[in-house]
Amino acid sequence: MTFARRVLAIAWKDLVAEWRDRESITAMCFFAFLVLFLFSFALNGDQTLIRGASSGLLWLAFAFTGVLGLARSVQSELANDCLDGLLLYPAEREAIYLGKLLGNFSVILLVELISFPIFAILYNMDLWPQLPKLLLITVPATLGFAAAGTLLSTMTAGLRAREAMLPFLLFPMTIPLILAAVRGTEVVLRHESFELAMPWLKLMAAFDLLFLVGSLLTFEFLVEE
Amino acid sequence: MRTDGAAGLHGVAPAVETRGLVKWFGAHPALRGINLSVAKGEILALFGPNGAGKSTLLRILAGLMRPTAGSAQVAGLDVGRDGDSVRRVIGVLASGHQLYEALTGRENLLFAATMLGLDRHAERVAKVLEKVGLEKAAEGRVRTFSSGMKRRLALAKLMLHEPKIMLLDEPFTNLDLQATKLLEEFLMTSKITGATTVLATHNLAIGFALADRMAILRQGRLVFDARRDDVSLESLRSQFALHGELWEVE
Repeated sequence: MTFARRVLAIAWKDLVAEWRDRESITAMCFFAFLVLFLFSFALNGDQTLIRGASSGLLWLAFAFTGVLGLARSVQSELANDCLDGLLLYPAEREAIYLGKLLGNFSVILLVELISFPIFAILYNMDLWPQLPKLLLITVPATLGFAAAGTLLSTMTAGLRAREAMLPFLLFPMTIPLILAAVRGTEVVLRHESFELAMPWLKLMAAFDLLFLVGSLLTFEFLVEE
Repeated sequence: MRTDGAAGLHGVAPAVETRGLVKWFGAHPALRGINLSVAKGEILALFGPNGAGKSTLLRILAGLMRPTAGSAQVAGLDVGRDGDSVRRVIGVLASGHQLYEALTGRENLLFAATMLGLDRHAERVAKVLEKVGLEKAAEGRVRTFSSGMKRRLALAKLMLHEPKIMLLDEPFTNLDLQATKLLEEFLMTSKITGATTVLATHNLAIGFALADRMAILRQGRLVFDARRDDVSLESLRSQFALHGELWEVE
């Protein structure tokens, strides 16, 4: 019970701070909009090109905005030595990790949900009927990305070049997950049978499990010093 | 001088003990074989110039940093092996206030109470806020607080779980006269209840007034360690000047 309370307290703290400052969400939404807007110009309304590239562009925007959110999340813990304060509580390291993960996951998912209508307008797509299927792809992909990102952003927090190190470590690690998300999203956007997305969903579920278990096992050692 | 890691007062097992504690940051030695023993209920003032290793020693005792060599025990527990148990009994007041600026003063304390696994959160929080004189300001976001108010709130956070062992790094920085008095009272009250304090400070007068023992760190070595009864403020000043001078020469 105390474990769950601690997890929720950390996530609550992050979300309240984000809601009040809106620093990460504003920057992330702007960045997502910019990426989608620039590519919509580049593709010049060519529906053939859009059909081929849209899912990749969407996840390109999500991956970059996700890194931005993760970097800002750890930055807020570094201010005033709050990360030290967090590590000084007699709380299970797993609770700290899961709390941070829940906060990061919620913020990234929210930005993705805000980006969907922008994407639909810019690329002239009717996403509304596809939204439940899109969410079935987006939620596990975001969970895995946030799971690996939370671990790596905390691990690199003490480094001087942390902002460069985070994407440098995170992107190669999450390539299979992002590729699966791109393929799964492609199936949905092309209105193909969702059965075709199942192998990608399974791959994402496997990566989520791997990242979650791996992070829970290693977080304690990685945050020390 | 007591730098031999002897047992604490009256033969009681020490609350804090380090043996041959060494810490290197790359090629730079921060601590070079610290043997220290602080008895239960004792207040140790740790003096030293900037870079002497005071904060590093406190961070190792708090379990935030691993030593390169040697061992550290707090409340009889090995800091490296029993980190979680150590964190239950310690309270740390660091040079950074460790408060979330987007949250209100009260929210910060409620969060701390949850993380500390305390019961009766609201009641405890209201009590410590009253103690530090922040009950009216507590609904404001910490971002709007002055430096002194932030230090008071950090002090309130320290008071929440009434720690048995306190590790305080420059706790009097940015405190006004009233808050300094409050902290002094808290340390003396905690001492009566058996709490142990390791206090790193530049302020010789305050450290001397509060502590049972005084130690001076210089370049990662414990160069002076004496009981309060065996030293006057003047002799402490001359010791500090001597070691400060050596620091400058070297």
